[in-house]
Order: sequence, then C-alpha cells, then structure tokens
Amino acid sequence: MVPHAVEMRGVTKRFPGVLACDSVDFELRQGEVHALLGENGAGKSTLMNILTGLYRPDSGLILVDNTPLSFRSPRDAIRAGIGMVHQHFMLVPSQTATENILLGLGEPRFWMRLRQYNQAIAELGEQYGLMVDPRAKIWQLSVGEQQRVEILKMLYRGAKVLILDEPTAVLAPQEIEELFKTVRTMAQGGKSVVFISHKLDEVLSIADRITVLRKGKATASGLATRESSKAELARLMVGREVLFHLEKKHRAPGEVVLAVEGVDALNDKGLPALRDVSLTVRSGEIVGLAGVAGNGQSELAEVITGLRRLTRGRVRVHGEVMVQDRETRGDDTLVRRMIDSGVAHVPEDRTHVGSAPNLSVTDNLIMKGYRDPPVSHGWSIDSSVARSQAESLRSSYDIMTPSVETPVRLLSGGNLQRVILAREIGTRPKLLVAMQPARGLDVGAIEGVRRLLLEQREEGAAILLVSEELEELMELSDRMYVINGGQMMGEVRQADAATIGLMMTGTRLADLPASVGKGP
Amino acid sequence: MTTVEASTERRWRWPIEIRLEPRLTQPAWLGFVVSLGAVALALVLGGIVLKLVGGDPLRAYRFMLMASFGNLGVISDTITKATPLILVGLACALAFRMRLWNIGAEGQFFAGAFGASAVVLTPLLAPETSGVWLIPAMMLAGFLAGAVWGFLPGFLKARFNVNEIISTLMMNYIAVAWNNFFIFAVWTEGGFQMSRVFPRTAWLPRLADYAKAIPEFRGLTAHLGLVIGLLAAVVVWWVLYRSKWGYEIRLIGDNPKAARYAGVNIVRNTVLVMMLSGGLAGLAGMSEISGVVHRLQGAISPGYGFTGIIVAWLAKLNPLAVIPVSVLFGALILAGREIQPSGLPKMIQGIVLVCLIASELMIRNRLRVTFRPVRS
Repeated sequence: MVPHAVEMRGVTKRFPGVLACDSVDFELRQGEVHALLGENGAGKSTLMNILTGLYRPDSGLILVDNTPLSFRSPRDAIRAGIGMVHQHFMLVPSQTATENILLGLGEPRFWMRLRQYNQAIAELGEQYGLMVDPRAKIWQLSVGEQQRVEILKMLYRGAKVLILDEPTAVLAPQEIEELFKTVRTMAQGGKSVVFISHKLDEVLSIADRITVLRKGKATASGLATRESSKAELARLMVGREVLFHLEKKHRAPGEVVLAVEGVDALNDKGLPALRDVSLTVRSGEIVGLAGVAGNGQSELAEVITGLRRLTRGRVRVHGEVMVQDRETRGDDTLVRRMIDSGVAHVPEDRTHVGSAPNLSVTDNLIMKGYRDPPVSHGWSIDSSVARSQAESLRSSYDIMTPSVETPVRLLSGGNLQRVILAREIGTRPKLLVAMQPARGLDVGAIEGVRRLLLEQREEGAAILLVSEELEELMELSDRMYVINGGQMMGEVRQADAATIGLMMTGTRLADLPASVGKGP
Repeated sequence: MTTVEASTERRWRWPIEIRLEPRLTQPAWLGFVVSLGAVALALVLGGIVLKLVGGDPLRAYRFMLMASFGNLGVISDTITKATPLILVGLACALAFRMRLWNIGAEGQFFAGAFGASAVVLTPLLAPETSGVWLIPAMMLAGFLAGAVWGFLPGFLKARFNVNEIISTLMMNYIAVAWNNFFIFAVWTEGGFQMSRVFPRTAWLPRLADYAKAIPEFRGLTAHLGLVIGLLAAVVVWWVLYRSKWGYEIRLIGDNPKAARYAGVNIVRNTVLVMMLSGGLAGLAGMSEISGVVHRLQGAISPGYGFTGIIVAWLAKLNPLAVIPVSVLFGALILAGREIQPSGLPKMIQGIVLVCLIASELMIRNRLRVTFRPVRS
C-alpha cells in the first residue's frame, strides 16, 4: 500500500447560501497524479483552498503524513509541504524569476547573493524539466514560463504536495505537453500532484486517479483512471449524459456576409497586430479562427466590430464597405454602424467589456437594443417592455438569477456568459463574432453554448468563432483559418490537430508538405 | 513544524462567532433603514463625547432639534438652507453617476449667480419687466452660465483627456474672481463690494409674500427655489432611470468599455453631462441670489458647492434621496449656528458623515452570528 501524502476526511465548508463542500473525502497517495474534476462552482477550489489553509473547514479532518493538522494560513500549509499554483499567477512582473521565487522567504537576509540562488534554481528546474532562465524578468517570459516559475517557487519551498489549479487554461497545445512531462517527472520523483481541471481529455491523459466533485459532494473518490471513461466522468460531473458530438446538419453556405480584405491594424501599444489579414464568412457557416492567445485574434475581432481602427484594408458586411483606413468618423459611429447592420459580438472579456457589473440583468440585456422600439420610444425607455423582454430571455436562455433586477456582478461566470449570449444571439444577428464563447464554462454549459451556435448556423447566421480550444473549433467549424503573429497561416477545411498546431506556431500551410492539411 | 497547530488540541474559543458575509440580495428598504441606523449611532457617539466634555447630550440634541424643526419659522429656515443644497447635490449626483468628478459645483454656483445677476444689473431686460418674464430669464441665464462653466472642463476632458478634478477645481477660483471683479468694479454700489439690491420683480416669491392672505406665513423665508429644486430632482431622476440618455450615462459610469462596445458616444455624453451638471449648480446660484440675497455680493455661498459633493454621495447618487439628505444638512447647518459658531456642531456633522459612509459596509454585507457548540 502506497502511503497517503494527504488525507481529507468529511470536510465540510459552508458559504452564505451554498454548501461549497459537503463532507468530502479526498486521499492523495504519495507519488501520484490525482485529478480533481468538477464543473465551475463544484467545490474544487474551495476544497484545495482548505487544504492550503486559505479557508478553514467548518468540520472535517486533514491528515498530512497521517498526522492531523490544521492550517491557519498558506504559510502553515507550505511549511507542511503543501503548495498551490493558482490559476492567476502571483508574480511581480518587473522582478526576475529568482527574485520572485525568493520573495517572502526571508532569505537571503541582506545581501542579494543572486548568483548562488540563480544556480540553485536553474538546477532545480533542470531536475524537473522546468526550463526557465532564472535571470529573466517575469514580463519577458511567456505564460508557460511564468507558470514554471510558480511551480519552481513551490518546489523551492520544499513542497511535497503540489496543487495545480486549472494549469492548462492559459497554455498553448505544445506548452501543455511540456507541462504534462514535468508533472510526470515530479510524480516519479516522489511528489504528489493534485491536478484541478474540468477538461476530461486532459484528466484522462495525465491522472492516475480521479476524484469528481459535483455541487460540493464527491461523486467519485479516488477512481482509477484506467477504469473510467470520458462518458462516465462527464456523467459524474454533470449528473446526466453529456453529448460531446452534437449533430451538425449539412448546410450549404449562402452568400458572403463578412469580407475582411487585406487588413493591417495596430495593438494598444501601437505595434503592428495584424498584417494583411483577409477572410470571408458566409451565411450559414461557422468559420473558426485558431491561434495561440495574443496572436491578433482580439484585434481582428475588434476591427470587425468597429472597436479598433485599421491602418490598411477594409471590412465589408454584405458587400458594403463598413470600415476602411483613414476613417474620420468617431468610434461610436463605427460600432453603431456594425450593430445596425446586424453584427453581434460576444467579447473575449465578459466582465470588462461585455457587461456592466453594477447594472441589472435587464439593463445588461438591453445594451444593444435600447435605442430602438419596442424598448424605447423617443427619448424614453419603456422599462416594462425591457423587463418583460429580459424575463423571456431569462427563461429561454436559462439564466440563473434571483431576479432580472439583480446586478450582474452577482452572477456566476456561466450565467454572465448566458446573459451576453442571450443579448447577442437574441437579436437574430446576420453575423456573429464569438470570442471564446465557451471559455471557463463547464461541460454542461459548453454543450449549451455549442448548441446555440449550431442553431444560429442553421438559421443562416454567419459565425466567426475565435477559440483557443482546437477541439472545439474542429468540432464546430465548417472551415478554419489559422493565425500567427498577426498573419494568416492559411485556410483549412479539414485537418488534424498536428497540422493546425504547426500552423499555430508559425508555419504557413503553403510551406507544409503537400500530404498534410488539404484533407480529403 | 512547531507552528502548525494540531486540531485535536483543545483550546478555549469564544462561544459566539460574529462574521461579515456579503449579501447576495439587497432589499429596497435596506439602504433607508441602515442610513437611519447610522444617523442614530452617530447621535449616540456624539452624545458620549458631549457627556465627556461635561454637557448634557439630551438637552443639546433637543435644542438642536428645536433650532431646526421646532416651529414653522425655523423649518422654513431649514428648507431655505436645503434649497441650494438640493440643486447642487443633484448637479454632483448626475456627474458622479458617469464618474465625472465635477468638484466645480461651487464655481458653477457662482457662475449661475453671475448669469442671473447680469439679467438684472447689465441690464439685459428693462427694469420695468414683470417678474413673470424676469424670473424665467434669470433662471435661464443662471443655468446657461453654470452650463458654460461645466462645458469648459467637460470639453477639455472629452477632447484632450484633461483631468476634470483639477480643471473643475481651478474653475472655482476663476468664477469667484470673476464675480469679485464685477462686484468691486462694475456693479459696485457706492464702493461697497456688492451690487445694488435687485428690484422686487427679480425676487423669487417667498412664503412671507403671502402673509396678507395666510397670516401663518408671516416672516417665512422659504422661497420658490425649493419648488425648482424638487422639480429638478424629479427631472434628473427621470432622465437617469427612464430615458435613453440616462441609460447611456449609467452605462458609461459603470463600465466605459462596455459603453464603447455598445456604441455609446462617450465624448458627447461627457460634454453634455458636465453642462447639465454645471447648469443645475448654476440654477442653485440663481435661486440663492434671487431668493435669499437679492443682490450680487462676495459671500453668497458658505461652500454649498462642496457640501453638495457630500450630499450627493450620502444620497448614494440617487436624485430623490438628495432631497432628504439636503434637508438634514440644512438642519445641521442651522442648528450648528444656534449652538455655537464652531466646534460641537461641526463635530456632530463629522460623526454623522463618518457613520453614514461606514454604513455602506452593512448594506453590502450582513452580520452572521453563530453560536459554537461547546466541545466536550
């Protein structure tokens, strides 16, 4: 019998109105990778926050190396050898990797004998396959490298148990592979790893055992991976059968709705973000845009929706030139023109762009339609019409909210996304620009979002789907474009993930061997 | 691992645990009840201080209450003090809703007073003009002058992103100096730093004017400005909560990026809101000049423009709540002057403010008291 590194028995934690953890049992063996699976709000993070001393349980027992312990802070937990890498990194951008790792340790005392520490950290990194230049400043590092710094930080503090909270959410496919290698190395080296995720495929490929949480309860505790299947895990997670492959009806695409022609644009820092980008989307088709985050997708979506000016080229909707270079009209005019010609936009940033947190659900739902009847007449907004519209959207899009007067900041991420989708799709758009519509949502909600997109396609909407989830793109898209460094790498109709992966890292389709990528 | 405390170890703990937990829903009456509670708590705290310095808190409070609400005369005085506060409070509430930090209401107040005076003193309208024409003309001039004073920082903010806090603050000094120039040099009466008294036709009707018909009104100073203020509150409320424009203002105020995404013209709205805000403060200046002072002079505002900021904030930027808050402040100003020129009333005013602002915590959160079972 492999000894238990950590054991949690009957852990219960109550928050106002929710039972976040309901007598959960969790055992972590030494040297294993144990996945903690569950939808958003299932209690995964709460359970791990209890283990790392951020919260204290209302009841239940925590045993580390078979000794009952109670932590008052993460500091206590790390002293007991338990460290967590959070989803949002806690690093100081202007300091080096080494400096960040040493931060808060109380050593070195006065003199920063950095060379010696750099050396130690480089060696530690080598041992676990976490290659980072210890002297590099955080802002110079990629997201994947920053994650490695976070892991090193915990290892350097002597963590024997590592908790990784949704570690793949921010990574590109290649980086995910490297992370998995590291995780395996760490497990072989005797470390125990808790891998928090809601992505079934990842969990199946990395974990030795799996604990599934649903609504605060463990629906499976320490299930061996080889004895489980994707369908079973999904059922344990969601509580019902989940369809992974939605039926996509054959549909011949119609006329060209969106045409982007040779567009150049700058990013917020004034540097080129898009170079000579062209694409078309026709009615009744979903066109995917694949790429690693930050390669110009956001800028492209903003150009198409009128939010960003272009420096060259033009954007046509239904053949009419909507935006072109040397535009003198105000931003709001461009955005209004797009809205008026039926362009809907599900923005990447739900809270900072897509919604007004302190305004009510109703007010958020009328954000695009408040200018026109029946919501408004003349100068005034008909609040009873707005309300009844909101009520009907609330029921048809399953928005879980105490009332339509509730400020949206109190809604969960999934429900906020439903509010945005209800608003954008509810207008029956001709063109829908959807940025990461399913990001951060759980399996059940993702299925709902995909269903909505397919419905729109069947009704003849043109959809540009921007996503970092290759699988999602391949599942939903009729065609795909791949973007890298602000340039189009090519258009693919059917391709394997490897081909698209190569294109995402900067190889043009034209430069690939002829055998791949063209599809049957 | 000495610092890691074992959970099995027995340790004495409070049998009652009190925690703050965020509220998921806020009932409509909550804000009112909590504010009332905060004022009550403030009076208790103030009472303790009074007691400590050897006073009799109950007598002091009774005196203050009588001084501001004790009879028709002082109620009328309280309302007269509250009138400019309502208008200035509205001006601030409107601008703050859009997160435009207009702290230039004081200057806009002076600009409004100047604009209204110019109608009488230049004169723009002949002195014989009847009040039916003269008063609306003064209101319009006061509003426009205030709006111009709001337009400048609004335009600078919208066009060149000039910080409106600095520009509105600076515009205050310009407005005061501008007024001073006119009362010292142009409209001075016999070398005194004030203009001549306006003709009666330029006075806002007061309750005292009707004392012949209703004897109870004798000596009551409350004037038509109150009605202007109340109407303005209703109008601003309607604009904010029932109009397209108000929706845009609230949207920009809550999340400018979302407003941009919804195609709202932020530049135009910034200028317009600053103009309306300035106009309302200008109207307050007009109302004070025409309803109370009846001439243009230097000391027309004991800092109404700045008190308006506090009024707006305490009213939680709700135009209708501005009215009772202004009355409360009117009462505090009046009662304060009755007790002593400085010191105590200012202190109580301060305690009320701190308690009201701190009470925000109780609106967002609620107390949860749990009794721990005694472990055997």
